[in-house]
Amino acid sequence: MNRTLTIAKREFRGYFNGPVAYIVVCLFLLVMGMFFWSPFFIANRATVRGMFDLMAFLLLPTAPALTMGLLAEEKRTGTIEILLTMPVRDTEVILGKYLAAFGLLAVLMLCTLAYPLSVSSLGHLDWGPALSGYGALLLEGGAMLAIGVLASSWTDNQLVAFFTSAVICFAFLFMSRFLLFLPPGVASIVEWLSFDYHFDDMARGVIDTRNVIYFLSVIGFSLALAFRSLESRRWS
Amino acid sequence: MSDVMIEAQGLTKRYDGVLAIDRVSMEVRRGEVLGFLGPNGAGKSTTMKILTCFTSPSEGSAKVNGCDITTDSIGVRRSIGYLPESTALYQDMLVLEYLEYAAEIRGLAGADVRKRVKVVVDETGLGDVIGKQIRALSKGYRQRVGLAQALIHEPPILILDEPMSGLDPNQAVEIRDLIKDIGRQRTVILSTHNLTEVQIACNRVLIISKGRIVADDTPEGLRDRAGKSRCVVNVLGKDSALALACEQTFAALSGIERVRKLEDAGDGELSFEIIPKTDEDLRPLLFKTAVDKGYTLVGLRREGQNLEQVFRELTTGSDKPSTDARDPRDTRDKAAA
Repeated sequence: MNRTLTIAKREFRGYFNGPVAYIVVCLFLLVMGMFFWSPFFIANRATVRGMFDLMAFLLLPTAPALTMGLLAEEKRTGTIEILLTMPVRDTEVILGKYLAAFGLLAVLMLCTLAYPLSVSSLGHLDWGPALSGYGALLLEGGAMLAIGVLASSWTDNQLVAFFTSAVICFAFLFMSRFLLFLPPGVASIVEWLSFDYHFDDMARGVIDTRNVIYFLSVIGFSLALAFRSLESRRWS
Repeated sequence: MSDVMIEAQGLTKRYDGVLAIDRVSMEVRRGEVLGFLGPNGAGKSTTMKILTCFTSPSEGSAKVNGCDITTDSIGVRRSIGYLPESTALYQDMLVLEYLEYAAEIRGLAGADVRKRVKVVVDETGLGDVIGKQIRALSKGYRQRVGLAQALIHEPPILILDEPMSGLDPNQAVEIRDLIKDIGRQRTVILSTHNLTEVQIACNRVLIISKGRIVADDTPEGLRDRAGKSRCVVNVLGKDSALALACEQTFAALSGIERVRKLEDAGDGELSFEIIPKTDEDLRPLLFKTAVDKGYTLVGLRREGQNLEQVFRELTTGSDKPSTDARDPRDTRDKAAA
């Protein structure tokens, strides 16, 4: 566990040693600021419901950008050789890197707390749905980061990792919008698999353990695959 | 605890059907500095990657410090310090940060981290650059950081992949001396294609060629294996009558096994290669003979067969006897290439 945290700590600091974290956080907040307020005043209601949809959408480029380098860059530069010949298990490597990305996501979420806080100063904000919305966002973001770690384990090219995870996340985010074109039996499965289906309830303030378990499963499954992919180097 | 620190049996590795190493077996004892010598692509790095548990062998088994590489890879990795060929370090970290990180991931904590970092910084001479970013360091210093990282947990075994490649001659000498120092207390395997380094730093040499071990000996043993030293004599003159006379005169001397006229370089000198029967120095005798016969002697030198020749013979697969030597000039050209 200690080693997982050591890796996470190094990786988290690494975000701030380079430009990545600053660019990602700034862009995220900037775009949010641009798109949050205008519909807010048109609707003229003290709610942050729209914010979560917006943020979920913004995570699509953000999460892959945070994870693209985690393993791909180590493979490209060769630093992975020292890392994996230290007495750490592959699971600890994957988990440590994932935690670092998740930590940055959490920081990003903290920054956006400014919105509900300022909304609550303008009118009466119901904090219940706001908090469950944050929970949903952390879960969905966590799932996207796990997919990103997986994509990063497949390649030694950051850009390839970025687009691979962006495409997979895009599919999960938007597949529920194509249900009309699918036969009914398949449609319900696809709907159940989509992020939206599980995200919407929680963003509205309904916490259903099934939704939580869904996102945790996506995270677990992706990380397990990433572990497999990292391990496969031994047999290639 | 046994004295055998590394024991490999029949290690074989195939990459996509290509044989990278082929039934490599070896034993390395405590306190040995083993030079792993071979041309590029011979399988040095592959063997090292297997011993450090970065990759697994297709066949065969190995034990490092008593731990099996497949069943107890964590135990193996605890016992080794490894410097890979690329010396890839996290460019964005400070030297101090990096060493602390390496110490923590090796399971050290608190005061131990600081203590060990201080020791390895002193040992590897990193004091001046401790607060610098790794990307700002010269190749020589990066190599030191790599070594420091490998030493931080006081491993009984060090595995260094080409620790001296890509360094300028001064840096290479410094790193080599450092490794020699380190090797006094530990078992070291280092790979290189530089023969001088091996002669100076190692007390045992393994030569690997096309994935197989072709020689296992001390540097001295390998040189002995190469045969006796030879003398090269240069006499001023061009005509073939003189050449013949010289050849016969030298051949008639006692203690001489063979005389061979070397190819004419077109500089108005005749060159002869003279191989003695024993390892005795023939130069005084050759000098006196030349003076007695009135030959204008312009060159006389004795050459030991060096490791370089042995190395080339072993790794290019030629099975000609080593005394069937080439012209010294052509030896030098090839060495330079």
